[in-house]
Amino acid sequence: MSESVVAGGGAPHFLVHNEGDHVAVAVQDVDPGRRRAVYLDSDRAVEVEVTETVPLGHKVALADLDGGAEVIEYRVPVGLTRRPVRRGELVHVHNLRSARWARSE
Amino acid sequence: MGAQRVSLSGYRRPDGRVGVRNHVVILPVDDLSNAVCENVARVVPGTLALPHHYGRLQYGEDLDLTFRTLIGSGANPNVAAAVVVGIEPNWTHHVAEGIARSGKPVERYSIERFGDLKTLAAAARTAQQLLQDASELRREPVERREVLISIKCGESDTTTGLGSCPTVAEVVDRHVEDGGTVLFGETSELTGGEQLIAGRCATPEARARFQAMYDAYIREIEASGANLLGSQPTQGNIRGGLSTIEEKALGNIAKTGTAPVVDALGPAETPRLPGLNFMDSSSAAAEFITLMGAAGAAVHLFPTGQGNIIGNPLVPVVKVTANPLTARTMSEHVDLDVSGLLWREYTLREAGDRLLALLDRVIEGRLTCAEALGHREFVLTKLYRSA
Repeated sequence: MSESVVAGGGAPHFLVHNEGDHVAVAVQDVDPGRRRAVYLDSDRAVEVEVTETVPLGHKVALADLDGGAEVIEYRVPVGLTRRPVRRGELVHVHNLRSARWARSE
Repeated sequence: MGAQRVSLSGYRRPDGRVGVRNHVVILPVDDLSNAVCENVARVVPGTLALPHHYGRLQYGEDLDLTFRTLIGSGANPNVAAAVVVGIEPNWTHHVAEGIARSGKPVERYSIERFGDLKTLAAAARTAQQLLQDASELRREPVERREVLISIKCGESDTTTGLGSCPTVAEVVDRHVEDGGTVLFGETSELTGGEQLIAGRCATPEARARFQAMYDAYIREIEASGANLLGSQPTQGNIRGGLSTIEEKALGNIAKTGTAPVVDALGPAETPRLPGLNFMDSSSAAAEFITLMGAAGAAVHLFPTGQGNIIGNPLVPVVKVTANPLTARTMSEHVDLDVSGLLWREYTLREAGDRLLALLDRVIEGRLTCAEALGHREFVLTKLYRSA
């Protein structure tokens, strides 16, 4: 069973917890293209050129990140990139790993 | 806005604690006694058996935790009376006496030298009497702040941190402001945000206790040498978009709100102080809510992302989700859908108001989805192998 979640016209494609965060969370299934992200703390809206399909709940990079770089979400580090990540790419376990649990591979 | 004392109705127990349900429980001390307990509940429908898998050859801290969990469950304010059944009289007596300290009616039976059938006949006769007596207990006026609330999320995803956990936080903050008590835990699942919890501890003593519990739990996990990806975060977490334990922890912590952490409790310990209390605990839902029930929780608020379906025999579990896919495909498990938060259809404050209104209805007796569907997961936390 495959279900897609697509919101009505006024809804954002992504929400960002805090200004300065490196990732935004898809709040519907998002296809590649120019998409809108809204910051929860400031209400600021930005546009991001999304380069991959991002399913509901998955993350997109808002910044270009080097390999081994800290990824910030909720204003704090949530892990390290496994390789360089470009703005607009999907961010998940394939390119982001825990900095805390060394064996969390 | 100042503290509000919302008047509701509940069961005031002899020890002063307030319950929202009125169960007569048939409690096995050990795995061997499950059969008699379940048969008593068949003969006397309306009583509630609490079968579990342990209680034999345990020792030390692990045995203490099992006793504390069984005694705390029998003493839980949602319980009117208890029948305790064990294979032999000594530990049976210990558990029954512990429950009796709460002042509620407790009767005990041990099976050796009687067998299952004589024990069943005697225990069922007592259970019938206790059930009829409990049916005459009346709800009395109580204040919402007297209801002990526990919180834990499960099958979390990124919508949990965006919507359902912040909604629960609205209720947590208001409950604590009103003078109420809230229990949270999930020790290892604070990893990446444990410094935020340590920083919120109200006293140096509470902070030291919290830090020691956290450090010991992490040492235990690291000593296993195991790869945790897929276990913590779970496969469901990953499917829902969570990538690391740190990201999961920050969403988890979002539900604790902003109140100071007044104390750090051992597993199944009853809170000593009003306010937001941490309990050292596993993040596995059934183990967690069983520990919270043993500590006296009367209602549990449970944010979920991908759709954890957990229930508990004693503690009504209220599910909240902000995931629109889960709300649509698993609606029979969802007590409150706040997915409109993702699309900014209403404010967090409004979502909190809705959850508070639902909480009041559950306190007054509305069955939760998990209660209606018969989810009665009762799982003891085992600290190590039995002797």
